[in-house]
Amino acid sequence: MTFLQLSVLFFTLVATSGVLGWRRIRIPHLAGAIRPRSRAVYHGVYNALWCGVPMLLVVLAWLAVEPLLIQPMVLHDLALTDAYAPENSAFKFLEIRNIAAGVLPAEFIEQPMLNAVERYRALKWQSGIALTILFLTAGVSGLYLGYRRISHVFPAREKVEVFIRFFLLASSSVAVLTTISIVLALAFETLRFFQQVPFTELLFGVKWNPQIAIRADQVGSSGAFGAIPLFTGTLLIAFIAMLVAVPVGLFSAIYLAEYARPAVRHVIKPLLEILAGIPTVVYGFFAALTVAPLIVDISDMVGLDASSESALAAGLVMGIMIIPFISSLSDDVINSVPYSLRDGSLAMGATRSETIRKVILPAALPGIAGALLLAVSRAIGETMIVVMAAGLAANLTANPLESVTTVTTQIVTILVGDQEFDSPKTLAAFALGLTLFFVTLTLNFIALHIVRKYREQYD
Amino acid sequence: MRQPDQKKLRQRARAEKRFRLYGIAALLFAGSALVFLVMTIVSSGCSAFFRTTLTLELSLDPDRLNVKPPYTREVLMDGSYYTTLKSALYQLFPEVSSRADKRALSKMLSPGGELQLRNYILDDPEAIGKTVLFEIPVASDFDQLYKGNLPRTGEHTRLSAKQMAWFDQLDSDGFIHYRFNPGFLFGADSRYPELAGIGGAIAGSFHALLVCFLLSFPLGIAAAVYLEEFAKDNRFTRIIEANINNLAAVPSVIFGLLGLAVILNYFGLPRGTPLVGGMVLALMTLPTIIIACRSSLRAVSPGIRQGALAMGASPIQVTFQQVLPAAMPGTLTGAIIGLAQALGETAPLLMIGMVAFIANVPATPMDSSAALPVQIYLWAESAERGFVEKTSAAIIVIMTFLILMNFIAVVIRSRTQTKTE
Repeated sequence: MTFLQLSVLFFTLVATSGVLGWRRIRIPHLAGAIRPRSRAVYHGVYNALWCGVPMLLVVLAWLAVEPLLIQPMVLHDLALTDAYAPENSAFKFLEIRNIAAGVLPAEFIEQPMLNAVERYRALKWQSGIALTILFLTAGVSGLYLGYRRISHVFPAREKVEVFIRFFLLASSSVAVLTTISIVLALAFETLRFFQQVPFTELLFGVKWNPQIAIRADQVGSSGAFGAIPLFTGTLLIAFIAMLVAVPVGLFSAIYLAEYARPAVRHVIKPLLEILAGIPTVVYGFFAALTVAPLIVDISDMVGLDASSESALAAGLVMGIMIIPFISSLSDDVINSVPYSLRDGSLAMGATRSETIRKVILPAALPGIAGALLLAVSRAIGETMIVVMAAGLAANLTANPLESVTTVTTQIVTILVGDQEFDSPKTLAAFALGLTLFFVTLTLNFIALHIVRKYREQYD
Repeated sequence: MRQPDQKKLRQRARAEKRFRLYGIAALLFAGSALVFLVMTIVSSGCSAFFRTTLTLELSLDPDRLNVKPPYTREVLMDGSYYTTLKSALYQLFPEVSSRADKRALSKMLSPGGELQLRNYILDDPEAIGKTVLFEIPVASDFDQLYKGNLPRTGEHTRLSAKQMAWFDQLDSDGFIHYRFNPGFLFGADSRYPELAGIGGAIAGSFHALLVCFLLSFPLGIAAAVYLEEFAKDNRFTRIIEANINNLAAVPSVIFGLLGLAVILNYFGLPRGTPLVGGMVLALMTLPTIIIACRSSLRAVSPGIRQGALAMGASPIQVTFQQVLPAAMPGTLTGAIIGLAQALGETAPLLMIGMVAFIANVPATPMDSSAALPVQIYLWAESAERGFVEKTSAAIIVIMTFLILMNFIAVVIRSRTQTKTE
C-alpha cells in the first residue's frame, strides 16, 4: 500500500461518509414535517469525522509502533551471527532499512545482512497488508457507527463543535510537543554519548578532534571531544558580530526614532528589513567569496597574516546580519518611552542628544539589554555563515585573524553526508545540540522576561 | 541674570551635531553593506543567465554516427555523437594535426553538446544523412573566458595560449554566440557548470514549501484561535504561550537535529525528500503564523463578535464564520512572511539530507531533491570556477522569489487596511 493509494482511499471514504450523513437528513421521506435539530451539513461533517478520525489514528499509531515491532524481529536472526554487536542495533537496523529502500547499494553486503534485508522486506509487506485491513475496518466501522447515530433529533452541531474545540486544543499543544520532542531526542542521544565519552571531557576538554577509528588498533584511534575550543570560537565570532551590530544597530534605531522625519523613516525602515530578510546562506557566500579575501589582502598590506577562513570575516558579516534585528527591537523600546520624559527634559533646555543619552537611554536600558541578549542568542545559534566562512580546525585562540570553528559548524559538518550512527562522533553532534539549545533557551528566557517586565513598567 | 556660557553652548551644539552624525553614519554603514552585497551578487551573477555557444556544421553521416538502419531507439542511443562533433570541430582547423593539439581543441566541447545532438537525432531520425547547422554549449572554461571571468594570463588562467587563439579565431569567424540560457532556470543540477541549472532546486523548494504550508497554516490558525478565543487564562495556556515564543527563537540547526533524530531515524520517512524538509520547516514556521493570526484576531472589532452572538450563533460559529474570515488577510500576510523565511532556511535541510546530488527535476514531494538555498550552498562549496556565477545567479533567483513573496504580503496588508478604515 503506497502513501498515495492510502490517501486516495482515505479521501474517498471520508467524502462518501460525509455525503451519506448529509443525505440521511436530506432524503425527502425522512424529512417529513419535523425540522432536523442540526443542519444537514453538520450531520455530514459528523459522519465524516467518525470515519476519518479512526483511520488517521490507525495510521499514526502504526507509524509509531511499526519500527518497534519490526526491529527486534529483523535483528533476531542477525544476532545469531557474529556480524552483530548489540549496542549497534539502531545503526544496523537503519542500514538494513536503507539497503531495502535502495538508498545503499546491495552489492557488497554480506549474506547474513542480505537475509536480514529480505526478512525486513517480507515483514514490511505483511505489515502493509495488516495496516490496510485495520485502516479499512476502522474507516468502515466508523462510518457505520456514525451513520447509525444520525437522526432528526440528533444534536450533530454540538457534537461537531465539541470535536472542533478538542482539535483546537490539540493544535495549540503542537508547540509544546515540539519542545518536548526536541529535548527528549537530544537528551536521549546525548546520554548515549556520555556512556562512551565522559561528561567532563566535553565541557572542560580543550582538544577537539572527533575522529573515529576505522580499525581498533589504529594510531590515535580515540577521538578527542573537548568542546572548549568550539565554545571559545563561537563566543569570539559572536563577540565580533556584536561589536559591529550593537553600535550600528543602536545608533540607527536612535536616529530613526528621534531624528528622522516620518518620510525618511518610511523609506529607511523597509530597507533595513531587507537586510533581515536575506537568507543566511547568502551572507555565508558573501563572507566566503568577498569579505574573507578582502581581509586577507588588507592584513597582507598591514603586514599581518590572516587565515582565509578568519573569524573576523564570519563575525563581520554576521554583525551585518544582526543589525536590523537590534535596530528594530531597540526602535520599539525607544518609542515606548513615554513622551512626558522626553518633553520634560527638552523643556529644561537639554539638547536632543543630551535627552537621549541622559533620559531616554537610561529609561530604555532594560529593554535594550533584552534586545541585545536576543541578538547574542541569535549570533550563537547562527549556522550557515559560520559553516561557509569559518573553518573546521578547532583552534583555541582569541586572534580574530585566525581560523576558529563553532558549535553549529561542527554539528552541521558531522551530520551532513554519510553518518555512522552510534559512533561517538555522530552522538557528539547531539550533545553539542543540547548544549546549544539550553544556552539559547536560557538567553531567550531571560531576555523575554526583561522585556516583559520593562513593558509593564510603563503601561 | 547669569549670562549663558557661550563656549559651553557651542560645545553642546557640537556634541549634538556629532551625535546626529553617528546616527547617519550607522545608517550609511548598514546601507552601504546592503548595496555592496547586492552589487557583488548581481555583478557576478548576471552572466549565468547567458551561455556561450558554438555553431558547427555537422554532416550527419550514418557511418560517422556509427548507426545502422533500422533507426530504433536502442541503436540511436549508442551512436558516436561525440566523435561527430569532434570531427566537425577539427574540420574548422585543418592545420591542427598532432594528437595532443587535437585533444586540447576538443576540450572546447561540453558533454552537453553530445546529449543535445543525441536528443535531436532521437526526435528526428530523418535528419541522418543530412547536413545541419548545430548550436552547442562550449565547455565551462571557454564560457568563463568569453564572459571575462577567467584571466587570459597569469597563474589563474586554465587554458593554454593555443586554446585561446583557436577560440578567438572561432569568435572572429562568427561561430561563437552569446545567448540566453534557458537550461539554467529549468534544468537540473550537473557536475558541469555550463550545464547546471536550478530547475530541480526550485521544484524541490516548491514541494517543501507546499508541504510546509499545508501543515503549518491549518495548525497555526487552529492554535491561534484556541489561544485567542477559547483558552482560559490558566497555567497550561501560559506554558503553551511561553513555548511558542521560545520556539520562535530556537536556532534552526536544532530543528534539523529534531528532524534527523525523530522524523528520519525513528519514523523512517525517506531521507532527503521535500516531504521531510517541509515537515521540519512547518515546525519552524508555526510560531510566525500563530503570532500573526493571534494579533489579527485581536484586531477584529468586538462588535462583530457580539453581533453574531446576539443573532444566536454558537461561539464556534461566531469564530469560524465571522471572526476568522475578518482576520484572514492579516493571517495570510503572516503566513507568506513565514514561508519566505522558510524558503531561505538552509541548515535544517542540510541535516535531513537534502544535499545529495540530484541530476533530474523531482516530480513529487516524495522524490529526493535539493532546495534553492541548499543548491546555493552546494555550488558555493564546489571548487570549479564556473560555479561562482551560478551561485550568484541562484541567489538572484531566490532573492527575486523572496521579494515577490514580501510584495504580495504587503499588497494584501495594504488592501485590507483601506477596506476596514
